[in-house]
Amino acid sequence: MKTIIFKSASVYLLPLLLLFSVFILLRGHYLPGGGFVGGLMASIAFVIHSFANGVENTKNIVKFHPGFLMPVGLALALLAGSLPLFTGETFMTGLWMDQPVPVIGTVGTALFFDTGVYLVVIGVTLTIIFTISEGL
Amino acid sequence: MLTAVISGFIFALLIPIILGRLKSISTLWVALLPLTLFIYFLSKIPELLAGNPIKPSYQWVPSLGINLDFYLDGLSLLFVLLISGVGTLVFVYTSAYLKGHHYLDRFYAYLSLFMASMLGLVLSDNIYTLFLFWELTSISSFFLIGFNNDKKDSRKSALTALAITGFGGLFLLAAMVGLGQITDAYQISAMAPMADAIKDHSLYGWVLFFLFIAAFTKSAQFPFHFWLPGAMKAPTPVSTYLHSATMVKAGVYLLARFTPVLGSHEWWNGTLIIVGALTMVYAAIHALFRIDLKGILAYSTISALGILVFLIGLGSPDALLAASIFILVHALYKATLFLVTGIIDHETGTRDVTQLGGLNKVMLPVGIAAMLAALSNAGIPPSFGFVGKDLIYEATLGMGNLAWLLTCLAILTNVALLVAGFVAGIKPFLGKLPEKFKNVHLPAPSMYVPPLILASLGILFGLFPGVLEGGLIKPAVSSLTGTTPDFHLQLWHGFNLIFLLSLITIGSGTLLYFFLKPSESLLKKVSTFDRLSPQSLIMGISRGFALAGKGWTGFFQNGYLRYYLITILGFLSLLLAYRLFIGVDLLINTDVMTEVTFYEAVVLLVMAVAILFTVFSKSRLAAVASLGVVGYSFCLIFLFYSAPDLAMTQFSIDTLTVILFVLVLYNLPKYLKLSDTRVRIRDGLLSLIFGALISILALEVMSESLSKETSEYYAENAYILGKGKNVVNVILVDFRGFDTMVEITVLAIAAIGVFGLLKLHLRSTEKE
Amino acid sequence: MELLLVIIIGLLYAAGIYMMLRRSLVKLIIGLILLGNGANLLIFLLGKIVKGKPPIIGPNEKMLGEIYADPVPQALILTAIVISFGLQAFAIILIKRAYKVVKTDDLDEMYATDEDL
Repeated sequence: MKTIIFKSASVYLLPLLLLFSVFILLRGHYLPGGGFVGGLMASIAFVIHSFANGVENTKNIVKFHPGFLMPVGLALALLAGSLPLFTGETFMTGLWMDQPVPVIGTVGTALFFDTGVYLVVIGVTLTIIFTISEGL
Repeated sequence: MLTAVISGFIFALLIPIILGRLKSISTLWVALLPLTLFIYFLSKIPELLAGNPIKPSYQWVPSLGINLDFYLDGLSLLFVLLISGVGTLVFVYTSAYLKGHHYLDRFYAYLSLFMASMLGLVLSDNIYTLFLFWELTSISSFFLIGFNNDKKDSRKSALTALAITGFGGLFLLAAMVGLGQITDAYQISAMAPMADAIKDHSLYGWVLFFLFIAAFTKSAQFPFHFWLPGAMKAPTPVSTYLHSATMVKAGVYLLARFTPVLGSHEWWNGTLIIVGALTMVYAAIHALFRIDLKGILAYSTISALGILVFLIGLGSPDALLAASIFILVHALYKATLFLVTGIIDHETGTRDVTQLGGLNKVMLPVGIAAMLAALSNAGIPPSFGFVGKDLIYEATLGMGNLAWLLTCLAILTNVALLVAGFVAGIKPFLGKLPEKFKNVHLPAPSMYVPPLILASLGILFGLFPGVLEGGLIKPAVSSLTGTTPDFHLQLWHGFNLIFLLSLITIGSGTLLYFFLKPSESLLKKVSTFDRLSPQSLIMGISRGFALAGKGWTGFFQNGYLRYYLITILGFLSLLLAYRLFIGVDLLINTDVMTEVTFYEAVVLLVMAVAILFTVFSKSRLAAVASLGVVGYSFCLIFLFYSAPDLAMTQFSIDTLTVILFVLVLYNLPKYLKLSDTRVRIRDGLLSLIFGALISILALEVMSESLSKETSEYYAENAYILGKGKNVVNVILVDFRGFDTMVEITVLAIAAIGVFGLLKLHLRSTEKE
Repeated sequence: MELLLVIIIGLLYAAGIYMMLRRSLVKLIIGLILLGNGANLLIFLLGKIVKGKPPIIGPNEKMLGEIYADPVPQALILTAIVISFGLQAFAIILIKRAYKVVKTDDLDEMYATDEDL
């Protein structure tokens, strides 16, 4: 798999695919997409990179263990869920900004929740794949 | 009243803590609790005599009719005085008997627990709290029988007793529920006026049956009697308190309590007379052949309980009076004999009557107590037992046609009991003192004073029966019969038939005592009949249950995944097939279905081929690849049928799954051909049948119209409430956000699991 | 079309169960995946399939029009797909680990418990 073409392509593919996954995540509320799909796309981007350059190199890009994304994502989702508690609403009530933000649309707690899902999915997938490819 | 009942429970909690700190001090003070209770209940007598039954009530679960309704009438009074009175003496006795025992604190805790439960039981007016306290007595009895928990015998006996009495407890619950259904009342005192209506009710027979099982198991009636001799493994104070004076009388109490409600019916009287007579004769004869002191006392206790059931069964005012008296008589002499046995065991180390003799020379006060008790047991004037026996004969003689038969049975029982009482109470103390017991000495006063008190009371009440008449016996009888009784207790009735019968009993009993010497060889001969006893039968049944359970579990829990699967699927298939067979007319309405386009058909065909290839491929790589094809075809189907989100997710997941498999595959074992063709055909058939049934089920469900309420709610409110236009995503992150939250948690756990399985080091034992 | 899908569902169930009944561990997992797919398709089908009407609200509308694909089964299946990935990954690694320790692929020989090893 380690052909030169694939290798050099993967260097450009990674940021592109990551950008695409974020795009998928953000548009999820209005068009097909969302945290689950976005997270999976991002994971695939990393997996492709690791196929071309080896797991070690891919891990060096990320700098930290992907497993840390899991607690971060979970905490973000939980925080988004509990924000309404501060305004006196029940757990997981959606809170929204009054004015829509360009490109993304209306920003609300649901978006943060979805971002949490996104991070957890990346963390889970990469932990599994990296662990397996190392453990062999 | 509530305090009186609860105090025992609180005491049971506190005792281990207090005694833990005061290890060295004598534990005599613990007896203050039952003593206080005894005095408290004595002080209630004047109030009771004034004609006001004491009925305090405390709300507990009013919505279910479960309230702490207490009711103190004559019958309850008799029992509470017995419980607290004998309790006081037993508590005192224990302080010497188990002095310095490592678990003395626990023992007192169990005893208090039992005392409180027993008080609650006899004071309960509510049918459900009656059941509750009933079970509590069984449980505390379990702990007390198994007190020497390092001995296998004790544990086994405790389990047997719990099994039998607990089993009876369930029947009590059934009986109480039945009664509640019939009367729509929860208080026993409210049921008595409805007695006639209850007897006409169709459930009457069932209630009676359940109640009898409960009473017979608790009061050790034939054929449930065998747990009681086993329960003698308990320390002697327990045998005295629970298994002769109080707990085993709970069944008798239950029958007495319900006499005004359920009694005076041929089923009631007939059953009780037969079971009671059978028990009293059977156990009395058994008692003759025992050589263990406690064994003798256990069987004579069973016999005495039989007499009580028998008397309640007779049901006449005379019989009920005799029963009330006999409860007291028996408690006094039997408790004495038990306490004496405990002393003998404690001091000489044996309970074998064939080895004991002449103990009067070393422990005279104990001997006096034992002999007085034996006199009362034998019904020799002027003991209280004589009064009791007279009343029993009076009751049986008043039974019309059956009078002579019943009287003969009573005499037979009494003769045998008399011999047993002499063997237990007189034989160890008279005759020659064996050499090895020369150094035996008198125990501490706290051990021999309690039996002396009980035995003297047995004589005192005999001399002056009037003492008891007004305060205790009359209220008890009146709460049994519902009328104000008219009788006068006295020792001497003059020379009449009853006196003659008493003479016959005493004469033949004494003769028999001199001729029948209990010995080991005799016991062996008798025990050959044990194989036919109810105990062996019930043990056999329980062994059968265990075997059947083992076979059943062995068959289903065989440890092979595929047999579990086959069992589950086979059963499910049968169920589905039956359901589809009886009530389904398959309507396939092709009009409402979507049309098949060419490219869809091709995708489905590819999918079908890929599935078959996955199953039949000999290569793992090929199987995984075709699994990927199945996944991508799925993607296309989702795309065709308006599920873009699903298509995207399926695509990503499928890619990752294939990558995962490829990564691991070379480290996984190669396919092996493990099963032969026959097995394959069997599995194939089962799978095909199940698949076909699922297909039919799907068709059937599709022809039903579904409720779209939920979907419509989401469709209408996704933008208005969730501010999103992709409804699927809004459901995931907003409407059902909590589910998603849990889902990503599960995912994280799976990832941690994978990480843990691969990264954590093998344990040294696994490394080899 | 529904008829064909129903047949495919039956096929998926049958194939999944057949694979799960084999003694080989790898086949067990493949069977599990097939069975999961069958269940997903069943749920999808029972929600009434509709062509070309995804449950997405149009740019100028406030709610979905008359005919649209049912979003509830879709949300359910989406969750199921992701979860089953986690399950598969865990199962695959479990098998690998078991194979390493017990050194057999035959389910029938895996009767040892942790303590025996």
